[in-house]
Amino acid sequence: MSTTEVDPATTNSPEAAMASRARFAALVQRQGAFAIFVLVMVVASFSFDSFLSRGNLTGIAVQASFLAMLALGMTFVIMTGGIDLSVGSVFALGGVLAAWGSQHGTLVAFALPLGVCGFIGLVQGLVIARGGLPPFIVTLAGLLFARGLLLLLTDEGAKTYKVPAGSAFRKLAQNDLLGIPYPVLLVVLFFAIGALVLHRTSYGASVLAIGGQEDAAELMGLPVARTKVLTYVASALLAGFGGIMIASYTSSGVTILGVGLELEAIAAVVLGGTLLTGGAGTILGSLIGVLLLQVIKNVINQVGSLDSDWQAVVSGTILLGVVTLQRWLTRAERT
Amino acid sequence: MTDTVSPTTTGAPAPEATGRSRRVDSDWVRRNGVFVALALLLLFNLVFTDNFATEGTLRLQLVQVAPVLIVALGMALVIGTEGIDLSVGAVMALAAALIPLYIGYGTGLAIGISLLAGVVVGLIAGVLVAHVGVQPIVATLGLMVAGRGVANLFGGQIKSIRDEGFRELGTGSILGIPYVVAIAAVIAVIVGLVVRRTTYGRQLVAIGGNKLAAELAGLPVKRVLVTTYVVSGLLAAMAGILLAARSQASDPTKLGLLMELSAITAVVIGGTPLSGGQVRILGTVAGALLMQLITATLIFHNIQDSWAQIVQAVIVIAAVYVQLGRGTTRKSRTT
Repeated sequence: MSTTEVDPATTNSPEAAMASRARFAALVQRQGAFAIFVLVMVVASFSFDSFLSRGNLTGIAVQASFLAMLALGMTFVIMTGGIDLSVGSVFALGGVLAAWGSQHGTLVAFALPLGVCGFIGLVQGLVIARGGLPPFIVTLAGLLFARGLLLLLTDEGAKTYKVPAGSAFRKLAQNDLLGIPYPVLLVVLFFAIGALVLHRTSYGASVLAIGGQEDAAELMGLPVARTKVLTYVASALLAGFGGIMIASYTSSGVTILGVGLELEAIAAVVLGGTLLTGGAGTILGSLIGVLLLQVIKNVINQVGSLDSDWQAVVSGTILLGVVTLQRWLTRAERT
Repeated sequence: MTDTVSPTTTGAPAPEATGRSRRVDSDWVRRNGVFVALALLLLFNLVFTDNFATEGTLRLQLVQVAPVLIVALGMALVIGTEGIDLSVGAVMALAAALIPLYIGYGTGLAIGISLLAGVVVGLIAGVLVAHVGVQPIVATLGLMVAGRGVANLFGGQIKSIRDEGFRELGTGSILGIPYVVAIAAVIAVIVGLVVRRTTYGRQLVAIGGNKLAAELAGLPVKRVLVTTYVVSGLLAAMAGILLAARSQASDPTKLGLLMELSAITAVVIGGTPLSGGQVRILGTVAGALLMQLITATLIFHNIQDSWAQIVQAVIVIAAVYVQLGRGTTRKSRTT
């Protein structure tokens, strides 16, 4: 494969070709989802008049904001080389607790879900980091536990708690600042904080080091167990906060939400270029992954003649397409 | 009869030391815990559950566990290669959704096409994992999302299936044993024999134990991996067909939902580690029976679904914790 932008000094040398190919691979790895996202946006804006309307774009952003919260926590978990299957259930549990809590004041509506979800994350983190159990199994149990707790609180799912009319809690997700809904602003804020934490704190450095090679990180004296526990707590807290937002948005604690949402979050993170093997990834990529999934949903909803089931087919196919491309390119990089 | 060799038993027979006997004990628990738990739970039900030891009750339990067991057997093989197959639930839905479309052309043809669909999905998963190098969890996650979508596109809403032969498959029995149970038992025996007595079985375990070494030893790693995912897809399709035959209907949105998690749980509780290199078929059978019996026991004693899920979560963690008694010494424990 010839390349157009090679250094004249090393023209035609295999090293140069390899280096630029590696650069290209890294670019696709990081920006592949972004390229597809832009492509879908452009095609959609030409195909549907209403696509670029303010209402539609705001709708996409708000709908994406809940998944974005889960994906942010998942990004950190996956970067440590772990996985968190509990976030969908924890998200739903957080929503129910927030709706119930809002009947006793806005403070309770925040404190209760964050407390309970944070505790679930803490237990999961401790069992994973100190007990040495595989994250897949621990968070699978966490999924069952959180769902069980939710059913227990809601009379086996038959009861839906309502946020009282006029409660200040409703403002969280229903109001906006300069036309931008609060959930969207919160996502931007949280992702900015996430990026800062990853790149500017010792915790962030530990996360990447652990995901890169856990044994080495431990030998270097990094606080492996503490970092892992913190990561699972953060993931559960973010999922719980997503639940708080959806409770405020829908003014109720909907019990059937969140089933399979953990897999959507994982898909978004993988699409965004974070490797499931840990040790590398981008916060912004995950956000792009979330937006891509949401835009696909939106576009398929706009095509009236298309069954909404196409959404799953397209999302799954794009996920497989992107990871296949990523693999081929990273393999090319290595050989 | 065990198919694994533990370091404690291969070493020179040292004089009985206290530390060694404790190691052996924990190893024995790890190996046989699932059988002990199953026996205890059976005993509990015989004593405390009215009408438990009746033919009807036992038959119902076996009929209910059969599809889970069939899926879990395929999953055990995949996990043995250090993989995972999240697509099984979607494959079940897809297989069931195809039945009403082709049943008009003959029962055998419809079943054949459904099984073929399972093989195709397994083939895609296998090629992605073995040839492209996509991580099993991502490859099968994509197929799970897309597969469920395709199943919905084919199946639409719930469709009832009117076919005498198909009805017989789901509800008939041979020598008093329901076909569904007989099929599951035969598959369990076949898979057990394949793992222990065939070259493929030994290659599979070798690949799961150390893929690089297996490759260097000249084993056909890619072919074995592809075959394993195809088998998993085929078995999942079979389970989907049997479920559809039992209810004489296909419901692509619900059928097989969360089945991947039940199957993984059965396999892991049965003593097959997620890290690959071992396949415990008898343990998987016991694991599936144990999970079924736990659910049934909770239902017999009118314990709500919420508590059932919480209890299951605790059991999963406890089971894996017991099994890891040895695993934690292998990996330096974080302090």
